[in-house]
Amino acid sequence: MITLTLKQPPTVPLEAESITPDLMVAASNAEIRALPVFHGKRQCRLDEYFDVDGDRSDQIVVRGDAAKVKWLGRGMTRGAIRVEGNAGMHLGAYMKGGAIEVTGSGSDWIGAEMKAGSIHVHGNVGGQIGAAYRGSLQGMRGGVIRVGGSAGLEIGMRMRRGLIIVEGKVRDFAGLQMKGGTICLMQGAELRTGAWMIRGTIISLAPIPLLPTFSHACDGHPVVLRLLAKKLAQLGLSLPFSEHDGLYRQYSGDFSVPGRGELFVWQPNAA
Amino acid sequence: MLRITGGRVYDPAHGLNGVVRDVCIDGGKIVEQVTGGRVIDAAGMIVFPGGVDVHTHVAGGALNFARAMTPENQRSAVPFLHKEKLRAGIGGPTPTTFATGYLYAGMGYTTVNEAAVPVLSAKHTHEELRDTPIVDKSMCILMANNEIMLDLLEAGEYERAKHVVGWMINAAKSYGVKAVNPGGVTAWKWGKNASKMNEVVTGYNSLTPAMIVGGLARICDDLGLPHPMHLHCNNLGAPGNIETTLETMKAVDGARCHMAHLQFHAYGGDEWETMRSESVTLANYFNTHPNFTADAGAVLFGNAVTITADGPWQHLLYQLTGRKWGNLDVENETGCGIVPYTYKGSNLVNAIQWAVGLELLLLIDDPWRIYLTTDHPNGACFWRYPEIIHMLMNADFRREQVKKLPAKAIQRTVIADLDREYSLFEIAIIISAGPARALGMKNKGHLGVGADADVTIYNQNPDGEMMFRYPRYVLKGGEVVVEEGDLKNSVEGRQFLVEPSFDPAIEEFLRPLFQQHYTMSFENYPVEMERVEHPEVMECSLE
Repeated sequence: MITLTLKQPPTVPLEAESITPDLMVAASNAEIRALPVFHGKRQCRLDEYFDVDGDRSDQIVVRGDAAKVKWLGRGMTRGAIRVEGNAGMHLGAYMKGGAIEVTGSGSDWIGAEMKAGSIHVHGNVGGQIGAAYRGSLQGMRGGVIRVGGSAGLEIGMRMRRGLIIVEGKVRDFAGLQMKGGTICLMQGAELRTGAWMIRGTIISLAPIPLLPTFSHACDGHPVVLRLLAKKLAQLGLSLPFSEHDGLYRQYSGDFSVPGRGELFVWQPNAA
Repeated sequence: MLRITGGRVYDPAHGLNGVVRDVCIDGGKIVEQVTGGRVIDAAGMIVFPGGVDVHTHVAGGALNFARAMTPENQRSAVPFLHKEKLRAGIGGPTPTTFATGYLYAGMGYTTVNEAAVPVLSAKHTHEELRDTPIVDKSMCILMANNEIMLDLLEAGEYERAKHVVGWMINAAKSYGVKAVNPGGVTAWKWGKNASKMNEVVTGYNSLTPAMIVGGLARICDDLGLPHPMHLHCNNLGAPGNIETTLETMKAVDGARCHMAHLQFHAYGGDEWETMRSESVTLANYFNTHPNFTADAGAVLFGNAVTITADGPWQHLLYQLTGRKWGNLDVENETGCGIVPYTYKGSNLVNAIQWAVGLELLLLIDDPWRIYLTTDHPNGACFWRYPEIIHMLMNADFRREQVKKLPAKAIQRTVIADLDREYSLFEIAIIISAGPARALGMKNKGHLGVGADADVTIYNQNPDGEMMFRYPRYVLKGGEVVVEEGDLKNSVEGRQFLVEPSFDPAIEEFLRPLFQQHYTMSFENYPVEMERVEHPEVMECSLE
């Protein structure tokens, strides 16, 4: 295991895409220390900002308030990064495998355009989770992003496949221009959920305001949600699906595109 | 002073076909002899005049809008980090200005013609060209939808129309005249197009595209411009447009005409499902009408960004593909449409387009009249020209690529049957000597005494793509800019202009029209010479 302890939080954000298991799995301690990080426009050594323990491992622990350390785990394909503290923007962007866990909060663009792997942030996160970068045709194409706290704007924007679960509240434009995949809003969302969605599934466990270009399709208990519930149970999350507890109101949209997305809103039975 | 010795020189303008001889350079020009100075030992290497791109889109408002619209391309593009002598930039299909110069020079090209410039935003193009290093430049201004000129043509006021065009060329500090979808772009301001040559253009009473084509071609000849009307025909890209193209060529009525990206105008069939190549028909007509030159506008599979003044076509492309679409209107003059596009080998239409570009290059007999382009960045990025060169020179390799096409595409085209292989001599014509001649640039495209010392030296390589992609040396105006395959040095290029005569009284005609119809004041419209970097005025020739 490799432990990177932040000496002090950087004033100007640090671009630390070199902090990935791929680059450290075969590196000596000295080589890890010498990995490049960018402080603004200046290229520095990793050990100017981090104490480095360990070598030759794909299990990395980052300690400290890394809220201004960007691009942790960028493009990683294996191993694990555990951040004991906060993490900065672009966490796990473009990742293709492995796992990232953050005990504190995250920022924007978590898992942007990721292809596979898993990211779990216990605290709150920002916007554009699992999203496409500006201009890209697609966002995340696979993998799982789980957020314990709240999330910001445009989560899952243009996502193509994969699963995003947010346990806290979510702001506007969740699933914007979605092309596929699944978003679970455990506490619902604010405005314009599913705007311009083409395909994909959004599940909200709380009532949410709907765009006028979404139509009520039917009420029921889709089997697929039962399967999803099984998957979420493995993560310790519970998704209701039983008739005893309530039903899902299914909406189709976004007709302004026109889209064939589905939006399920859980309606618990009257107590 | 510099001498290139021992190389096999290809100088088609002087009939040199791989002759081993020295090339001597002094003061930025080819000279008879030099004593002393640097010697480049080019033994075993191939020496060409620097490449001339007769039709490309690299600078100006439309390009910049495209750059802004495609941030995803900037992210995946080759970055050019700044070095001691080289500025920073980004490659990709819409390279930034400095990168554009470096990419062209890196490929051995030393002269570039920016094919489409609205007069209203010519200042922007000049700004970007001054930041496009190394290459010499020229630009063509968009006139075929200029409503002042169209009104005059409709009214039969040919002389006045001619003076307007002359004035515009001077005002924009430009080199020539571009016609894009004559009548169609002005019709687009009404949401319409103009695909029929003899149908009245929307908003007019009697003016037809055929009249615009004929009138403007004649004007360019009468002004004595070194480069003729540079024409993007009506009905670009549409199945069956071969008819429009042939009608257009007839409407030119014997005047000189350079036809742009001919590939996009050579289709048969009547809809997408029945589309086929009509390159044979077009090549036959072209071969027998020597008043025309053309550039290929070939397509290669991969990512592109379509940028053209042909607004209505771009709207259609947006509807067909669902890709993002930018549309710009240029008041009273023209417009622009931008749609990022990907050509796929598995797509029947794209496969036919790919074949047609090569077919035209192979079926048109005279390499002096057909030039290698991809209508960058519409058909493919310009730095992919070496891929086309390889396919032209190596029929076996070409046939291997043809085999990969969908069977229907092979049936609808003739590419599988074509055996012709280009020689190095002919390649030198289509990438340098021919375009230079078409542009009327007497000091470009050849290595005779007095020519600009733009020289590209290649390592001989049976793989044409590798050979032309990585020149060993590139000289621009006698300065070595690429050495051992690396871009080492940067120089500033010149901008070629023409100053055709016009009746000064035309300004009194134009002034009130500007007052009435333009948001820009007449005084602010012309480009001041100070804005042009290293301008060089070329002559107009009046017989």
